[in-house]
Amino acid sequence: MAGETTFSLLDPFRSIDLDIDGRTDGIKQWAIANRTALQPIKSFFDGLIGWIENLMQSIPPTVMLLLIVLVAWQAAGGRVALVVAVALVALGLLSPDAWSLAMTTLAIVNAAVALCVIIGLPLGVLAGKSDRFEAAVRPFLDTMQTIPAFVYLVPVVMLLGIGNVSGVIVTIIFALPPLVRLTSLGIRSVNPGVVEAARAFGATPRQILFKVELPLATPTILAGLNQTIMLSLSMVVIASMISVKGLGNEVLRAMGRLDAGKAIVGGLGIVILAIVLDRVTQGLGRSGRARNHRHWWQEGPVGLVMRLFHKSA
Amino acid sequence: MTKSAREDVIRCEGIWKIFGRRSRQAMEAVRSEGLSKTAIREQFDCVVGVQDASFSVKRGEIFCIMGLSGSGKSTLIRHINRLIEPTSGSVFIEGQNVNEMNARDLRALRAQRIGMVFQSMALMPHRTVRDNVVFSLEVRGRPEEERARVAAQAIEAVDLTGWESKYPDELSGGMQQRVGLARAIAADPTILLMDEPFSALDPLIRKQLQTTFMALSAELHKTTVFITHDLDEAIRIGDRIAIMKDGVLVQIGTPEEIVTEPADDYVADFVAGISKLDLVSAARIMQPFEQYRRTRPTDGIEAWPVARPDDKLNRLVDLAVGTDHPILVKDADKVVGVVGKRALLRGIQGREDATACQAEAV
Ligand SMILES: Nc1ncnc2c1ncn2[C@@H]1O[C@H](COP(=O)(O)OP(=O)(O)O)[C@@H](O)[C@H]1O
Ligand SMILES: [Mg+2]
Repeated sequence: MAGETTFSLLDPFRSIDLDIDGRTDGIKQWAIANRTALQPIKSFFDGLIGWIENLMQSIPPTVMLLLIVLVAWQAAGGRVALVVAVALVALGLLSPDAWSLAMTTLAIVNAAVALCVIIGLPLGVLAGKSDRFEAAVRPFLDTMQTIPAFVYLVPVVMLLGIGNVSGVIVTIIFALPPLVRLTSLGIRSVNPGVVEAARAFGATPRQILFKVELPLATPTILAGLNQTIMLSLSMVVIASMISVKGLGNEVLRAMGRLDAGKAIVGGLGIVILAIVLDRVTQGLGRSGRARNHRHWWQEGPVGLVMRLFHKSA
Repeated sequence: MTKSAREDVIRCEGIWKIFGRRSRQAMEAVRSEGLSKTAIREQFDCVVGVQDASFSVKRGEIFCIMGLSGSGKSTLIRHINRLIEPTSGSVFIEGQNVNEMNARDLRALRAQRIGMVFQSMALMPHRTVRDNVVFSLEVRGRPEEERARVAAQAIEAVDLTGWESKYPDELSGGMQQRVGLARAIAADPTILLMDEPFSALDPLIRKQLQTTFMALSAELHKTTVFITHDLDEAIRIGDRIAIMKDGVLVQIGTPEEIVTEPADDYVADFVAGISKLDLVSAARIMQPFEQYRRTRPTDGIEAWPVARPDDKLNRLVDLAVGTDHPILVKDADKVVGVVGKRALLRGIQGREDATACQAEAV
């Protein structure tokens, strides 16, 4: 730091040093001293993420591909299933390792998105119900979305070390806001007349939430989920800097070695995953009207099986 | 009419609703200084929705509240099931103070004893017709068999059998409001609250639904508060009508009273265009027989046509067409009054005959 500088009205800031970075460093020291306290939580989540990844790696690629296509068919219809099938075959053909790397990435994204839903949905509902809460969380959401990832990468690693858990946390910080925002928006845009009718017929606040507000907000909430998934995927390269494996790590390593071929494999792999996840979640968000008011079990592979079963019965 | 027909099911006492953050202070100021509406808006930045409304509705009665848009009808009706808390005053349902109920009793009251129909229908778009209709049973956790039975009955009552598994957006406006009606009567409530239920519909469909409603109402005998901005509708449907203006109930009475004795110029303007033929009775326009006999000859009285005191003008016109004599009004074989041609014509016009002074209603 510059030593004693005389105060000048034209350039007052040079002479004032609040030592913010120094103080924050103090917090860092405190965090390092106390990191053992976080160890049990960390190993729990490490175990959880590891379990998800093992599960996804242990399923043979052909079976996994079929499963994903079936899910896509169920969620978003036949046409999307076809797109998904083609995309996944292309993903596998990118390179011999591509499939396995993609599963690792998918596991991390799954874990991050699941945690986003667990955290973001209740926050979004609260924000949708209370103006004051919405006003309180909005600056945090703005910060989370705009602050460069490298800024919180360091303290997170400091607290939790490198690895998957830190990667998931960093991803959550970046990917959570749209889910909270759109859940709140969804709850707020439910027709107040319908909520009033529910009240007039004796529904409890809880029943109003689960029988009226959440079902009607679902398309908006799913749009938020879609955004959250896309943002999670866009964090995988940055997360790979703190030793998260998968497609992002390929891109990072290729950058270090200026290996354009490897970078393209990793990059295309991420893009293909993004397409698949985007189409499937967008399909989920179709309104009842767009589906001709059919229930999910009346459509897709499940509907097919049900009809066959009904015919033979 | 049984004895219970006289009992008040709904009683509203001195309801005030002032909207705004400083409504309490505004209410205090009204109490102590009798502040006017404009003064309340200027000094407290509050809007007066309802101003000192009191009325009661008897069992089985259809009570219409009529007023232009923004006059506070929706606000007033929502006090009855406490969707809105009054700033002052209280509501009694069958003697129970609604404003002192706890949340559970209030929900039970809403689910079991009050059915409500909304101008905007307010059906749940993600539920089938059937699931909309039995919503109040569902929130009370009634078993599936009961829901199925109740749904079938209510849907049949509004002529929608066969549409149970459709969704609201697959139905026309008129059908949607039938669903709204079915939902309101499903739990077999004592009270129906209807907030401009037919206002959003085409005139033809509106007439059709009014007919459906009146048939249902005659059968079910629900105590009903019916809101409308259409005086014709109020007269067609209501046993009594309350006229509301700028948050104030300016007059409450039977359709005949409202039409023949408007409380002020505002009501008079409203009723000016209304046909009196089916509203005004002989008792209201006749000249008392004693008074008539003193000034006019009563020769050949045996040949005069005879009407009853509650016969409407339409009937009197039919009688008058066939004769040149005045019409005798007889109550249980006793001659009580006479309706001359002049009084009859003035009655149709809605004006009093200057030569015959107005008789007291019998
Ligand atoms: N929640 C509210 N906040 C402020 N003013 C309101 C509110 N609800 C109604 N009002 C006002 O109260 C008055 C009566 O409204 P309302 O009862 O809806 O009339 P109506 O149903 O007769 O058309 C209107 O001036 C309206 O602006
Ligand atoms: Mg209204």
